Amino acid sequence: MFHRFANPARFLRLAAAVQPWAAGATVVLLATGLVLGLVASPADYQQGETVRIMYVHVPSAWMAIFCYSALAGACAVALIWKHPLAGLAARATAPIGAAFTFLALVTGSLWGKPMWGTWWVWDARLTSVLVLFFLYLGYMALDNAFDDPGRGAKASSILALVGFVNVPIIKFSVDWWNTLHQPSSVVKMGGPAIHPSMLTPLLLMGLAFTTYYVWVLLIRIRREIIATKIRALQMRQAAGQGAAAPAAAPAPGEAR
Amino acid sequence: MSGFVLVIRRDLHLAFRQGFESLMVVAFFVIAVLLFPLGVGPEPNILARILPGVIWVAALLASMLSLERLFQTDYEDGSLELLALQPVALEVMVMAKVTAHWMTTGLPLIVAAPLLAVLMNMPADGLWALMAALVIGTPSLSLIGAIGAALILGSRRGGILLSLLVLPLYIPVLIFGASAVDAVLGGFSAKPQLLILSGLLVAALPLCPWAGAAALRQSME
Repeated sequence: MFHRFANPARFLRLAAAVQPWAAGATVVLLATGLVLGLVASPADYQQGETVRIMYVHVPSAWMAIFCYSALAGACAVALIWKHPLAGLAARATAPIGAAFTFLALVTGSLWGKPMWGTWWVWDARLTSVLVLFFLYLGYMALDNAFDDPGRGAKASSILALVGFVNVPIIKFSVDWWNTLHQPSSVVKMGGPAIHPSMLTPLLLMGLAFTTYYVWVLLIRIRREIIATKIRALQMRQAAGQGAAAPAAAPAPGEAR
Repeated sequence: MSGFVLVIRRDLHLAFRQGFESLMVVAFFVIAVLLFPLGVGPEPNILARILPGVIWVAALLASMLSLERLFQTDYEDGSLELLALQPVALEVMVMAKVTAHWMTTGLPLIVAAPLLAVLMNMPADGLWALMAALVIGTPSLSLIGAIGAALILGSRRGGILLSLLVLPLYIPVLIFGASAVDAVLGGFSAKPQLLILSGLLVAALPLCPWAGAAALRQSME
């Protein structure tokens, strides 16, 4: 079951079938979520209209952690089973996750200025998410630091697994430390502490961000596969020319 | 076990042969800390307030600067492959290299720290907390750094890349190391911070050599 999807050709067929659905779902969910969140949902009795930043901030923060978990999972699969597509998925996930983390940091900062009176506080949640951002950057830098792409993929996979220690720290930072950031109010014992009129757009936005991730991920993996093919063709062409040059006569096709 | 001791002795021999080179880390540490009174201004109160953080940040950077050469020279002259061929597990080899690294960088930093603390007007009761935090915290720095040092082998621009990989992972040690001293200076016990630092060390002790050895293996494929 697992290795059935290791075949790039089969994956490309599957991706081509899934991609329009992911794109359509993203557009529909994002539109409904934004309308419900920005227009239809009530303003908070304490926070006023700024509460609407939450509909972007919370899903981005969810996705930041989700993408890192997906990245670490894909890296583990790539290292253990040498699954070629898992390596491509990990490499394709990293920039998306970094973008979500950046979005979460920026929107949180924009919300913090009117609410907390400051753009940034050095508390456990904010700091650990900033560390997550740097882990993404480190992963991408290490991935691209080698002349041999295979080496970079392996080295960065180990780094991604090491950096996974940060994920539980982010999750529980609001419970372990006494911080300014509020604790989780959606996933908690005794049900969510948010009124349905706000919870519905929030969950819709979360779903929209997830389908957006799937959409962009498929585009990026297809791009990686095509780039690998192009590289292989160029190498073959270069090898063909190199072999053909010293010899006097052979036709390009027979060079090897 | 003998392989472990032999690798430590070899690395220490190499460090002593190079003489001043191993002391350069301490020189960097001292100079980096001494830049702060010049940059921030010489008021004793401010210096005493920022000192724990300054010493820890300088220790972090000094430890990181020396990491680049932890495996690099062995990787380049091929002795790393010979070490990997020994009947001793590669994890043990990494542990030995880390121990030698700590003895040549961590220990000198711990020796130099009290002198800097006196120069920067640190109250005496903060001193033992600083020493205890450094003794427990610096081995974690060497352990975590070994992963980064193994990962960058054979890459372009290794040194600057190493800082991007290792510094985010150093942050917990920095936070609890500096806050241990702050707690004592504020009149509290440093015990919770020191216990967390010990916990970090206990977690890093088995996990970091394992990850470092995995990184070394993929670099030699």
